[in-house]
Amino acid sequence: MKRRQFLAVLPAAALAAAGCVDSRSHSHAVYMLVDTSGTYAQEAGKAQVIINYLLGSLQPGDSLAVARVQSRSFSEKDIVAKATFDSRPSQENAQKRAFRERIENSFRAVSGSRYTDITGGLIQGAEFLNETGAGSKTIIIFSDMQEELDKVTQRDFPISLKGVRVVAVNVVKLKTDNIDPRKYMGRLEAWQKRVETAGAREWRVINNLDRLDAILARG
Amino acid sequence: MSSQAWMVWPDNFAVSFLVVAVLAMAFMYAARWPMHGLLRSVGHAVGGPLRMGARWLLAAAAEVQARNKAVLLAHGKHEVGQRVEREFERLGVIVQRELQGYPALQRKLLDEITRIEEDYKKCGEVPPPPPEWTEAVAAVANVKTGGNELVLRVLEEIKRSITSIHDKTLADYRRAYERRHKILESFMPFWRSVDKNLVQVEQNMARLQANVRTVDAHMAIYEQINEGTDKAQHALTVSGFTQFATSLLVMCVAAGGAFINFKLIALPMSEMVGAGDYITNSLRTSEVAALVIIFVEASMGLFLLEALRITHLFPRIANLNDRLRTRMLWIALTLLVILAGVEAALALMRDMLISDKQALLQSLSTVQAAAHDGWMSSIPTAGQMLLGFILPFALAFIAIPLESVIHSGRTVGGVFVLALLRSLAFVLRVLGSLARQMSRVLIKLYDVVIVVPLMAERMWKGSRSERPSKLDVDVDLERTHA
Repeated sequence: MKRRQFLAVLPAAALAAAGCVDSRSHSHAVYMLVDTSGTYAQEAGKAQVIINYLLGSLQPGDSLAVARVQSRSFSEKDIVAKATFDSRPSQENAQKRAFRERIENSFRAVSGSRYTDITGGLIQGAEFLNETGAGSKTIIIFSDMQEELDKVTQRDFPISLKGVRVVAVNVVKLKTDNIDPRKYMGRLEAWQKRVETAGAREWRVINNLDRLDAILARG
Repeated sequence: MSSQAWMVWPDNFAVSFLVVAVLAMAFMYAARWPMHGLLRSVGHAVGGPLRMGARWLLAAAAEVQARNKAVLLAHGKHEVGQRVEREFERLGVIVQRELQGYPALQRKLLDEITRIEEDYKKCGEVPPPPPEWTEAVAAVANVKTGGNELVLRVLEEIKRSITSIHDKTLADYRRAYERRHKILESFMPFWRSVDKNLVQVEQNMARLQANVRTVDAHMAIYEQINEGTDKAQHALTVSGFTQFATSLLVMCVAAGGAFINFKLIALPMSEMVGAGDYITNSLRTSEVAALVIIFVEASMGLFLLEALRITHLFPRIANLNDRLRTRMLWIALTLLVILAGVEAALALMRDMLISDKQALLQSLSTVQAAAHDGWMSSIPTAGQMLLGFILPFALAFIAIPLESVIHSGRTVGGVFVLALLRSLAFVLRVLGSLARQMSRVLIKLYDVVIVVPLMAERMWKGSRSERPSKLDVDVDLERTHA
């Protein structure tokens, strides 16, 4: 905290004494979808780097959930680990250590799955984020954004992502994208349109993993 | 409406303009006196209230100045009075301590002088004169022996006796002198004692004189304040400003200390009140809690200094009886010590939390942590704990500059309010004058616009009368200056 903030504490203390406490939630909830389908499963190491970054950046009271997109239809059991960090810093550190161990164990032997139900993950993620009651909600999609569903699974209906930031990370190009780059651009545009139509606060694509600070930009 | 609507002959701008100008001039000439009156009235209507406001502000400034002077002199009188009182107390202590021993000192000095006198008298005793028979010896010495053996033997015997007597007498004489020298030597300690006592007396007197001079100086200031002279007021104002600036500087330093203190306990406070609650968008409850702790410490320090009668911000505490005041002093001191202990513990906790967080971040990162020396790393921890314990006591002394800021702030604030009132009065006065001058300028401009009919009027009047038609202008000038 800078000196200016320290000086800002003085009137704030008076406000607090007068009962004018900010009742809004200032916590941050992050839901990370990790695509482990097909060849993208090789990128799981990068996903761990992002999770570690999140563990280092999230504050006491914040929530984090990590889910794997691997099944035909996304469900609760695809969530690998989830936690709302304790408001006491000492407990929070212990929780983060346990979370990290759980993630390491889950991602130790990742095999490529057949399906990629990103829409199902988004629906589940939005539900989780809304349940936390956090003031700032972010869904991170670690995927090539190529949704692969079976014939019986229906996902072409409107979804609600109201107030949620959606960040697509490490969106690698597929073989077909290299042949025709318009496919890659078109895929991203289609997702942006879908997410924005769903009421998302922001849509962002981050392919440079050195700029992870943009993931948790609080607004 | 078209921009050419005013044109009498739409195709001819010059003629249209001329016709309109002539018509306007004629109308303006006809309305000259009412327009002059209107402009003058507007000038007065705007300038009058502004002048009135300026006068009111000046009156208020005079009142504030009188009140400031009264407050300043009363405060100065109180301060100097206290200082004189303290000087008298000091003087009383010196007089009591030094002068109460004067009868004994005088007796001692008299005894020593008497002893010296007696010894001196002893030194003055002369040895007994040589026996009178020396003359007889001289006569015998002149006796002619004539080679008589008997006479020679007698003379030899006499010489031997005289020589032995001479030796004895000389020895007695030397012994007597030796005794006197010893007496004189024994004077020395008494002389030294007398000299030392007299030097002590001189020093005491000089100190007393210096204190009396200080009291005189304070009394002179007190008299000046009592008379309410401008010099005293100026001196007190300058002193107030100096005090205010100095106290403010000290308070800034104390604020720096409070900031360090805040940094030490803000993080560990989140272990107690939680880190998830926010007061504002970026301000956590734990930070406010840390600030409250610091405020409580400062308050305890304030009560401690009040109970010690070092500061006088709460007359109720100063007026408590000694027993209650002592109790209060001990309570404040105990709470301060407890809070200092809590802060030291929190500082230790902060260090542990940061270490834990660092360890977590290191485990999350791909780069391994560098090995560090065990005892070296414990120095900052010990330093933090020490700071956490000392800073509350250091903050306790903030009460002294705070009191000074409050007292001198009234003087400084009064001077600034006075300057503000006077500046506002000046601005209002200038604006009022400007409004009236503007009305005069507009009247003149009005006459410039209708200069042609005015010249025609003057020529017409000139032809009817030989007297110059200057009267109108003079009257006008007089009116505008009214």
